[in-house]
Formats: sequence, structure tokens, C-alpha cells
Amino acid sequence: MIDKRVGGLAEAVEGIDDGATILVSGFGDAGIPVELCHAVLDRGVRDLTIVTNNGGSGETDIAALIREKRVAKLICSYPRSTGSHWFKQRWDEGALELELVPQGTLSERMRAAGAGLGGFFTPTGAETELAQGKETRMINGRLHVLEQPLPGDFALVHAQQADRWGNLTYHLAARNFGPTMATAAATTIVQVREFVELGGLNPEHIITPGIFVDRIVEVG
Amino acid sequence: MSTERGFSKQALAARIAADIPDGSYVNLGIGMPTLVGDALPADKEILLHSENGILGMGPSPTPEQYDAELINAGKQPVTLLTGGSIFHHTDSFMMMRGGHLDICVLGGFEVSEHGDLANWSTGDTSIAPAVGGAMDLAVGAKQVFAMMTHRTKDGRSKVVRSCSYPLTAARAVTRLYTDLAVIAIEDDGMHLVELAPGISLDEVREATEPELHV
Repeated sequence: MIDKRVGGLAEAVEGIDDGATILVSGFGDAGIPVELCHAVLDRGVRDLTIVTNNGGSGETDIAALIREKRVAKLICSYPRSTGSHWFKQRWDEGALELELVPQGTLSERMRAAGAGLGGFFTPTGAETELAQGKETRMINGRLHVLEQPLPGDFALVHAQQADRWGNLTYHLAARNFGPTMATAAATTIVQVREFVELGGLNPEHIITPGIFVDRIVEVG
Repeated sequence: MSTERGFSKQALAARIAADIPDGSYVNLGIGMPTLVGDALPADKEILLHSENGILGMGPSPTPEQYDAELINAGKQPVTLLTGGSIFHHTDSFMMMRGGHLDICVLGGFEVSEHGDLANWSTGDTSIAPAVGGAMDLAVGAKQVFAMMTHRTKDGRSKVVRSCSYPLTAARAVTRLYTDLAVIAIEDDGMHLVELAPGISLDEVREATEPELHV
């Protein structure tokens, strides 16, 4: 019997220890696993590497982890947004390392990790300072940059519905990085709005098949 | 920008919208390019793409339509047209980088004679860098339109021989739309397509560093 449901948020984030690399879904405020981030905060772990698109905003989730100095390194495409004052403060203090990655490269590096690939050549960033020090190659007359896979120890993903096998659906543009991140981590932890019975999801509407999911917690 | 002489922002957006063919798949960058969305004629079916996984993006929602999980690249709430679709980030950037979008319209700090685009960084290392999806769009769309003022607020030309700011992409921009002119960028350099209303050729040449072919 397969049942990936766990009893609560603390149980969902068990095993996340100091120094972990965590992929966190979301774009702006859409699709951020807010409650799972707070469970990581409550666990008290430090020196985290967080891979996510933005730098958090306000006082919750990623911003809270940065505020409480739990994040040693942020790998993201766009850390500066309205309300990302904790990112700004910690970066200005020199307390937070930043690896800036073009957004499509960020996503594709995680896809490569999930797909078992050793990296890929992309034209994105060629001849710019974000490609400095990276191997390049001319392919079909165009300069490409070698980018490395980006796996996580854990992924924290926000989804809409799940069954006990871990099959997932998402709501509108809250999908964003979730399906890719789910494939790219050793352990994928998902918070969902609603559990449904096995068979309650149309197989053709499942976006993330349960093989990519390890733990699910329902967060209304 | 003056409304008397040159293109106003709205007039420039309408001018760009007129160059977008019916049936195009288009991405509009954050900032001034979003004005193009409001200027698209109702008699054309033009599908707007948003990097966070939307094709067929509609206008701002009414209070009844509002959904916090339907936002655009600028994190503003939007709607979905009938027939619109949702997909994940990796697929979205496959559309962008893979040459599936017909046109993207991007803002610019500088555009060079050969179409180099600088629009993500001023090189100020005291500010945390942020790039988002600009580099993927600039290398990937079939045509890259740059939309910007021709000069900085203090009068320096943004249409330059070589970019002084960090590049977003090399040889990417195919067409440049400014308050003063529409300029095509080809292998041999910049070609004037159209002067803005009330603007003379001499004035555009004065404000443009590289040679402007007419």
C-alpha cells in the first residue's frame, strides 16, 4: 500500500538538517509553500541553500527564513522585488551569498537534474557577465554556455489536489516551478489544499505523477 | 515625453501594436512594454505569453474575476482568455528560448548599432543583481523589439555604438522603437524606418551615436 500522506507539517519536514539545499516553488506570491517554509523555520535549521525564483517578500516564508538568518545562500533569478526588504538587508550586510541565474536556466538546470542529465548548452547568457568562467561552445553557428544540473536535497512544493499516491494538480499560475522542482530533489514534500480519494483525479489532468512525490500534507 | 512632438508612451505602444501581425505569440516585458497590451487592436487574435506559465493572458480582472494565483511576470493580477492555457516554468521557457514566440517587446537601458541589448543591470555593484527572464527572451524570440526613450533624462544617447552597461544579449534586437523614431537593425547597422511626429532626421541623428542609414 502506498500512502504518502503525513500527519502534520513538522512530520513533513523531518530530515531537513543544517546545510540542506532546498528547492522552493513559487513565483511572486503565487505557489509558495508558505506553511512548509514556516515548518522549516520552526525546525531551527541553519546554513540552508535555498533555490527559488524570488527573494521573498514581507515577513513570511522565504523572507522569514532570510530574516532569521537561516539561509546561507540563495540561488535565484530575481531577488529584488517589492517587499523583499529582508533579502536586501541581509545581502547589504554581506550575510547572504547570492548566485544569480537567468530564470529559464534556473528552471532547466533543475529539469536536467530531474531528468538525469549532466547539464546542457544554452544560448541564454552567452557573451554576458553571467556566463563568465563557464565553458562555451559554438553550436550551429551560435555561442552556447554549458550549464550544470541543479538538484535539491529537498523540494518544497505548493499544489492544489493530491491523492494518497502523490499524484498532483495545480491551480492556475501557482503551478510555475512546482512540477520541475518535484522531479529534481531527493525528497519532495508537497503541501496541498485538498486530499482526494485515489481515482478522484482524472489521469489526463494529473500534472505531477506521484513517482516524483515523497510526502504530502494537507494545509486547507 | 512630450505629447506635442515625438511619440508619447501610449502612441509608441500603439505604433508597436500596429507592427504585430494577427495570430502572433507575443511576450511583453515588464515596464513600458506592458502598455502595448492595452494598445492591441480588438480585431486581431494576438496571444500574450507570460513567463510564469500563461498563454492567452487577458486584461486586469474585475473584483469578481480576481484570483491571487493568476498573475503576470510583473506579479500583477491578470485574467485568462477563453482558449488560454497554463503550463509549468520549464515549458514556458522552452517556448521562449526555443524560438516559439514570434515577438518579444523589451525595455532597454541601451541598444547598440548591432542590436546588443543592455536592460538588466547598470553595473552598480552596491545593488543586488536581478535578471529574471530577460536573457532567455532576448536570445529566444524570433523578433526582439526594444521599446525605450532615445535619450536618458540627462540627455545622453541610449542608442550607442557599443553598450556601456552589462549585456542582456548580443545581436538580439531587430527593431528599436523610441520616442523619436522607429529603427530597423540589420547586419550592416541601423536603418531609419519612421520618424516620430514632428521630429526631424537631424534631431534623430544628433541623438543617435552610430550612423543611421536612411
